[in-house]
Amino acid sequence: MDIGIGLPAGVPGAPPDVVVDWARRAEDAGFASVACVDRVRYDNYEPLISLAAAAAVTQRIELVTSILIAPLREVTTLAKQVASLDALSGGRLTLGAAIGARGDDYEMNEFSKAGRGDRLAEQLDRMVELWEDGTITPSAASRSRPRLLVGGASGPSLARMARSTDGYIHNGGPARGFARARDEVLTAWHEGGRPGTPQTWSMGYVALGDAAGAGRDYMLDYYAFTGPYAVRIADGLLTTPLGVRELVQGYADAGCDHLMLFPAVADPDQVEALASALGWS
Amino acid sequence: MKVTILGGGPGGLYTAILLRRLRPDTDVTVLERNAPDDTFGFGVVFSAATLSELEDADPVSYDRMAGAWARWDPVEVRYRGEVLRAGGNRFAAISRHVLLRILQERAVEVGADVRFRTEVDDPAGLQAETDLLVAADGLNSATRRRYEHTFEPRLTVEGSTFIWLGTDKVFDAFTFIFQEADVGPFQAHIYPFSDDRSTFIVECARPVWRAAGLDGTDASTLVPGDNDEHAIAYLQELFADHLDGHQLLGNNSKWLDWTTVRNRRWRHENVVLLGDAAHTAHFSIGSGTKLAMEDAIALSRALSRTDDLGPAISAYESDRRPQVDRIQEAARESLAWFDRYPRYLGTRAAVASPTPTLGDGFAPPRFAYSLLTRSSRVDHDNLRRRDPDLVLALDRWFAEVAVGGNHERPHLLPPPPSATPVDVGPLRLANRAVLAGEDRQDAVDGAPSAALRDDVLTRAAGGAGLVLVPRLAVSADARATPADAGLYTDAHAQAWRDVLAATGRAPIGVQLSHAGPRASMRPRTEGLDRPLRTGGWERVAASPLPYSPGSDTPTPLGDEQLAAVEADHVAAAERARDAGFDLLELDAAHGGLLASFLSPLTNQRHDAWGGDVAARLTVPLRVLDAVRDVWPQDRPLSVRFSAHDRAPRGLTAGDAVAIAATFTAHGADLVHVVSGQTTTRHLGDFSRWFNAEVADIVRNGAGVTTLVSGGVTSVADVDHLVLGGRADICVVAPLPAEPPWLAARRAPSPS
Repeated sequence: MDIGIGLPAGVPGAPPDVVVDWARRAEDAGFASVACVDRVRYDNYEPLISLAAAAAVTQRIELVTSILIAPLREVTTLAKQVASLDALSGGRLTLGAAIGARGDDYEMNEFSKAGRGDRLAEQLDRMVELWEDGTITPSAASRSRPRLLVGGASGPSLARMARSTDGYIHNGGPARGFARARDEVLTAWHEGGRPGTPQTWSMGYVALGDAAGAGRDYMLDYYAFTGPYAVRIADGLLTTPLGVRELVQGYADAGCDHLMLFPAVADPDQVEALASALGWS
Repeated sequence: MKVTILGGGPGGLYTAILLRRLRPDTDVTVLERNAPDDTFGFGVVFSAATLSELEDADPVSYDRMAGAWARWDPVEVRYRGEVLRAGGNRFAAISRHVLLRILQERAVEVGADVRFRTEVDDPAGLQAETDLLVAADGLNSATRRRYEHTFEPRLTVEGSTFIWLGTDKVFDAFTFIFQEADVGPFQAHIYPFSDDRSTFIVECARPVWRAAGLDGTDASTLVPGDNDEHAIAYLQELFADHLDGHQLLGNNSKWLDWTTVRNRRWRHENVVLLGDAAHTAHFSIGSGTKLAMEDAIALSRALSRTDDLGPAISAYESDRRPQVDRIQEAARESLAWFDRYPRYLGTRAAVASPTPTLGDGFAPPRFAYSLLTRSSRVDHDNLRRRDPDLVLALDRWFAEVAVGGNHERPHLLPPPPSATPVDVGPLRLANRAVLAGEDRQDAVDGAPSAALRDDVLTRAAGGAGLVLVPRLAVSADARATPADAGLYTDAHAQAWRDVLAATGRAPIGVQLSHAGPRASMRPRTEGLDRPLRTGGWERVAASPLPYSPGSDTPTPLGDEQLAAVEADHVAAAERARDAGFDLLELDAAHGGLLASFLSPLTNQRHDAWGGDVAARLTVPLRVLDAVRDVWPQDRPLSVRFSAHDRAPRGLTAGDAVAIAATFTAHGADLVHVVSGQTTTRHLGDFSRWFNAEVADIVRNGAGVTTLVSGGVTSVADVDHLVLGGRADICVVAPLPAEPPWLAARRAPSPS
């Protein structure tokens, strides 16, 4: 299992230099990827832009959107941006896409919330066609398209995943919940008659040491839209090295391919603290 | 803080008691419409876990209840003169009247202001005068209605009609009685709640209720406290054998419809819902009183930790909602079982199931097992942990009686249901697990790759009852993709003959397939149903509807093309026969050519091949008949079809039963039930056993031997589905990358 780290681009008030420098520190510390969340009506940086900045200061680390709310975007310009970022980074991008869980991101948007699942399915099909046909792609790109993953564990979402992508991104939580979802992902893949095994990725949140309290406040704020579930989600915040190692072991045992640990605070020391908790230094 | 509680039932009173205990500075008022002794109902049931929570929350009231509990362990199922008991559960129940009296006294004792006979017309008036208004005002909560714009309640009337009764017979278990009257089945849910009383709830489907003449009492003429005496007299006689001369007792008893209550939100400003006002869960899995008292514990604890109302209510909701969601999901599964069990009764279920060919229905052990495992959280392994002796007895019954094993030498330890033999037409399979070869999409010109052949042989050596070779195309144009394998040349037949020549293997079956509108697509390594860029070929289908966006419109099948399709199927069946396949499966599923005729979503023809289900069956039957003619009578024939389209306006359950029965009448020995993929817009469901419900409808509605696949990932799943009568054999897939049995085979020998 690969282990990636989130950029603090989703933490309100994170200074620009901290976000960019985070990517360099992550690469130095040995993480497999840097990842970004996506919101519109929130104090965060846009994920494709943030990953482009990260790409510019790193050489090998993978770049991941986890996830990008694709139905908020026009499909041809999105295809162009994604292809450009993948090309400019030397083929390091994994595009995780989903419909997004929050209604307010859609409220100011020209694309309606209704029908967003079907819209995402069309976007995924369309982007793959545009890329693979060479219609929208820089010709100097090292590959025809980035890896595509879909978030969302509902039946229709898994059907979309199996139709046109390479796998699934889980929304975090305990490893046993991931294991159950993974069974359904493999079933959807098999039902569709896709050969091989899909990629299954997941994520967690971390705030180690003194950052635990601030991290919890961030979680409660970021997940406030889930109402009564925010407290439970915040309870999943990893605040100790032991907690980190237990989660990592649980996910590895459950068959996860790539686990992304997102910071719940924008303190750059968290990168090394996490690497140390993982036993890398 | 000033807290007003609307409703003096167990939930409201317990909230008052716990709040006064935890925060003695709180000014608590309980407003109850009825008088203290206006109590309706009989006993309420709790689990052992809830009991210890009650002890923790308020030891004083718990001690006062101590002498009043009825406690028991088993669940008992009475069906067709047989009694079966399952242990490993711990229950307790108490008289609702006794419980309320204890809570009323205790509430007053700890300083709550409890006001009876207080009608509240508008909760809005109270809301302004109090810091927190707790709406514990029950199923028909006026508060919930008053603020429904915030709570967004969803009330669903579901399940059967029921009547809440008591009896002076003391049962010693949670007892389910299934009583088949001439007019149809009734069921009773019974549990003891004191040393001289039991709760006795009777349910039946509405048509049965009408056929029994039980709709004669005008409920609107009964005032609160009255009983439907006609119903009580009828049920007294119906259940006489089980009452041993004891009486059914009424207490405000009349026929009711069950309403499941859900609310999008439990909080409006300083108003919070609790108990039945917030949620209900059908009585077949427990009592609302238990949930209400657990709510009271959570709310009072949350309020004791902070003066800040918002976080306190959030904490209460975060604590309770996931648990309530779980219970409501279990209740949904339980209701679904009670809705479907009439089809397990065979022809005896006169009203509920009109299908004529089903024999006697489930034998008592299978019926009881089906009931006990109706929640997906209780499977074969879980039931074995609760009651190992019971599962041993059930396994033994299945292996020795249902399957008909060797009675002279009974099993020391019976095999689990998945490991019992089964006859599929003329072929005996050694066990119930079917493995399918993996479609690797690596064939060249229809010829199977070495990897596919190895894969099939490895599985056939691994102990499965049957191995299926997936989707061999009946012609080059019938392939979904250029990487599909086929059985349309002699070279293909020879390649498979070599595989089948291996000895010491399980029977190997072959699926013969025509992709129809899904033909001429790119290999599935690149995704599903993406049209070939170059070198594509013509697609055929029932109607000119493209399968996927971007794929060309298929040609509607005509007479001449049907003749060719038939000939291709016949030629492939002959090759399959000569190659030595043990079973042939005709593919009429997942949006292929034959599937496109079966579903009204894809068959929009107005000629003799479209219209009602009989007309839509015409073309698939032409092919089935032609294949049956050349397929040896001593080898079984199976048909795979999508019994549910998972899309609006698709096949009905009645269609699925008719299709399965017709296939069987035309010589199919097995029906393989799958679902979905009729169109790309299908609503996927990939949860555990997701085709079990449609398989169950087909198997027990049409009385056919049924193979199910979809989300069956372990032999424990097979045990559950086979013993529960939902299917006869199961495809286990997807397999773990390294199945345990394969790992064992590869382990170095001890020498």
